[in-house]
Amino acid sequence: MGAISRTEGIKLRSRGSISGRLLGSRIFVCFGGAALAFADQTQPSSPTNIFAPASTPAKSIFGLSLFVLAVTGAIFLVVFALLLYSIVRFRKKRNDDGREPPQVYGSNQVEMAWTIIPILIVVALFMATARVIALVQKTSPPGNAIAVTAIGHQFWWEYRYPQLGVVTANELHLPVSDPVHPTPTFITLLSTDTDHSFWVPRLGGKTDLIPNHPNTMWIDPQETGVYLGQCAQYCGIQHAKMLLRVYVQSKDDFDLWIRQQRQPAFVNDAIAQGQRIFETTACINCHTVSGTVANGRFGPDLTHLMSRDTIAAGAARNTPENLRLWIRNPNTIKPGSLMPAMQLDERELDALTAYLETLR
Amino acid sequence: MSTDAIALPGTELASQPFVARLHDWVTTVDHKRLGILYITFSLLFLLIAGVEAMLIRIQLIRPHNDFVSPQVFNRLFTMHGTTMIFFVIMPVMFGFANYLIPLMIGARDMAFPRLNAFSFWMTAFGGLLLYFSLAGANGLYGAGNAPDVGWFAYAPLTSQTFSIGHSTDFWILALLVSGFGSIGTAVNIIATVLCMRCPGMTLAKMPLFAWLNLVMAGLVILAVSPLTAAQIMLLVDRYLGGHFFDTQAGGSAVIWMHFFWVFGHPEVYVLVIPAFAFASEIIPVFSRKPIFGYSVMVAATIAIGFISMSVWAHHMFTVGMSSAANNFFVISTMAIAVPTGIKIFNWLATMWGGKIEFKTPMLFCIAFLFQFLIAGLTGIMQGAAPFDWHLGNSYFVVAHFHYVIVGGILFTLFGAFYYWFPKMSGKMCSEALGKLHFWLFIIGFHLTFDFMHIPGLLGMPRRIYTYEPGRGWDTWNFIVTIGVFFQAAGILVFLGNLIWSYFRGKAAGSDPWDAWTLEWSTNSPPPAYNFASRPVVKSRRPLWDFKHPADPDWNYE
Repeated sequence: MGAISRTEGIKLRSRGSISGRLLGSRIFVCFGGAALAFADQTQPSSPTNIFAPASTPAKSIFGLSLFVLAVTGAIFLVVFALLLYSIVRFRKKRNDDGREPPQVYGSNQVEMAWTIIPILIVVALFMATARVIALVQKTSPPGNAIAVTAIGHQFWWEYRYPQLGVVTANELHLPVSDPVHPTPTFITLLSTDTDHSFWVPRLGGKTDLIPNHPNTMWIDPQETGVYLGQCAQYCGIQHAKMLLRVYVQSKDDFDLWIRQQRQPAFVNDAIAQGQRIFETTACINCHTVSGTVANGRFGPDLTHLMSRDTIAAGAARNTPENLRLWIRNPNTIKPGSLMPAMQLDERELDALTAYLETLR
Repeated sequence: MSTDAIALPGTELASQPFVARLHDWVTTVDHKRLGILYITFSLLFLLIAGVEAMLIRIQLIRPHNDFVSPQVFNRLFTMHGTTMIFFVIMPVMFGFANYLIPLMIGARDMAFPRLNAFSFWMTAFGGLLLYFSLAGANGLYGAGNAPDVGWFAYAPLTSQTFSIGHSTDFWILALLVSGFGSIGTAVNIIATVLCMRCPGMTLAKMPLFAWLNLVMAGLVILAVSPLTAAQIMLLVDRYLGGHFFDTQAGGSAVIWMHFFWVFGHPEVYVLVIPAFAFASEIIPVFSRKPIFGYSVMVAATIAIGFISMSVWAHHMFTVGMSSAANNFFVISTMAIAVPTGIKIFNWLATMWGGKIEFKTPMLFCIAFLFQFLIAGLTGIMQGAAPFDWHLGNSYFVVAHFHYVIVGGILFTLFGAFYYWFPKMSGKMCSEALGKLHFWLFIIGFHLTFDFMHIPGLLGMPRRIYTYEPGRGWDTWNFIVTIGVFFQAAGILVFLGNLIWSYFRGKAAGSDPWDAWTLEWSTNSPPPAYNFASRPVVKSRRPLWDFKHPADPDWNYE
């Protein structure tokens, strides 16, 4: 007890500046996000920024998030200011007379006030939230919607377009949606093994892929481009490298891509040796190349492997060197991936890679 | 003969042979010794889990880092979370509750001393069992050692198909075993608080610490039971041909989530309500005023306890529940913010008009108020379900819950250590080292957990052993990792302070803080029997009445 010593007085001044730092970092977090958002409408510095929406569900969530941030930000500023004021104004002074301050036990009016006002705030927040839940969850697919089935695997994505007759993997292609005449995409989400989650922040919130529990989600991307994301539910050892790439194209480009994907594999006699290796070793147990004997479903469909920018669900760029490295030993790129090293010698690897390079 | 007081160096007790003193500690049923055993055990596991966190953050300091392999990383985050929740925070809270409740209610010990000892040893063996997995879990090829399924172990990742070997079984069994310890402690706390208060101490005159631990104990019983059931069902799936969670055979992955989060959400209130209890004892003493709104604080805590049983699926907003279900959990989650906010306002009002002394325990509690405010607000953000469709399972959530657990719970825990260490040991801690600890930890905590929100807002999911460059996450992850070293330094200063003060600290006397609850009326450390004669109280602050006979509390309560 006793009077405050000089060292404690000095601590008090530091406390003021630390509180300023707390305030500064909090303001940064709150408004930095919004600032990023406004800066990001044209040129995202982060391609996965949740404040740079490009699709109706994402935009609707963005509007809700601004409202929630505004309300919580206001609450923060008021309470923070009161806390800061109280520790400065009511600190024990150096010339304290040693008597106890007035002993106040409570006040019913004050308790009522700070119960009723938060309840009203909660009601407002809930109503804003319920509106967005309804918009996102209760929208049914219009007639011209694209239907996609996304199937989660350890550690890659399978995509099927049931009405268009296309099966592919890892790189999802969609037509851009005109806000005036929308052509949304409705995605059915399934899983063959563990839980996964589809999260492309600029296009929408995440929805989980849970085995034995089909889910649906929808997006209507309004700008062409490549949108990035990744699996957002821990699914095993290579969860970190189950990346998402969504290619939003003009209607014409999308139709062209669909036509190309529906073709069976190109046949080229010069690479017969590589094709023979593919078809006589265990490759066909896991992979499909349509129009050939290969019809395995455990691994990605390879019919149009060369139409993709990346391999191994985004873990590496799709170059001949990476492809060869991957086939020789997947653990060098994605340790723990479920594709085994096929124990091929160098000549077999060259021939096999040359064959796969023809699968455009 | 059992000596129940702590053997201070140089005293007659300390001159007994070491083996005899060790035997006393191992066989003790004294609530004070068991409290210290719980607390020491949890400090040991705090160090282990803290090192696990450091390794995680070093791996994430830059993209495509290869400091640890993906297998080791996945084990690290599983062990870090499981250890911190079950073998650090829960035991330390049980330790403080066991130590302080009998002293605060004027009792001689807990209601069931042998159950108390049994519960501690179950918890301790559960922790040892979890870490025995490092040595004992190898099954088939590559099956690994420590569990790597995440601390909430979602099905079907935990089935035999996807978790080969025995690492997951160690996780299951460790939690089963320590769960029985938790329930034993909870039963003990409830019986003690309801049945063993001294004359004059009605429930309305009991310290808030006792009230809040009573609510916590009720939640433990309600929450740990579904977890125990889920663990048994998982064992049945893995070994007895069950298919509860086996989706390949028609089982449900979602039902595991419901069971787990019906435990998991009340569990976080089990962790935080004792932290509220510390703040509710420390803030009044260092503001020199009684707690503002005692009855409302009790009512708010009971409300939090009830509502916490109804919010669990806010951890499952992305799972694909109906809009009606999502709406229900939005309402319940936002509703729990009301009594929680009321508590913050009451602590603020306690300081208001007081004479605040910035001793180390109070510094930590003031930081708690600012930080818990922020943590609660980021919780409300996630309660708005569509916003949570982004924030859920991202680094925003990781930042939020560490803000509560480190910025809220750990800070009040530090405050509690500095406040009650003099009572437990008879020595004062060094104020200078305490303030050094405080500032190191403030810097480290804010560097790490303020900036951790940002990668979440920029799309970074959790539980990834590495990440891609070019997503805007690199700089933030770097800053987050740097903060960890400041926190580590703070912890080392803290432990050094405890050890140095135990041997060299100033004598504390029975009431170094001029406080008002019964524990300060007996010696430091208390004798085996706690009180020379049974206290009789007439108000919530018996020592205030004793020190101010002309102006006692009972005229005003």
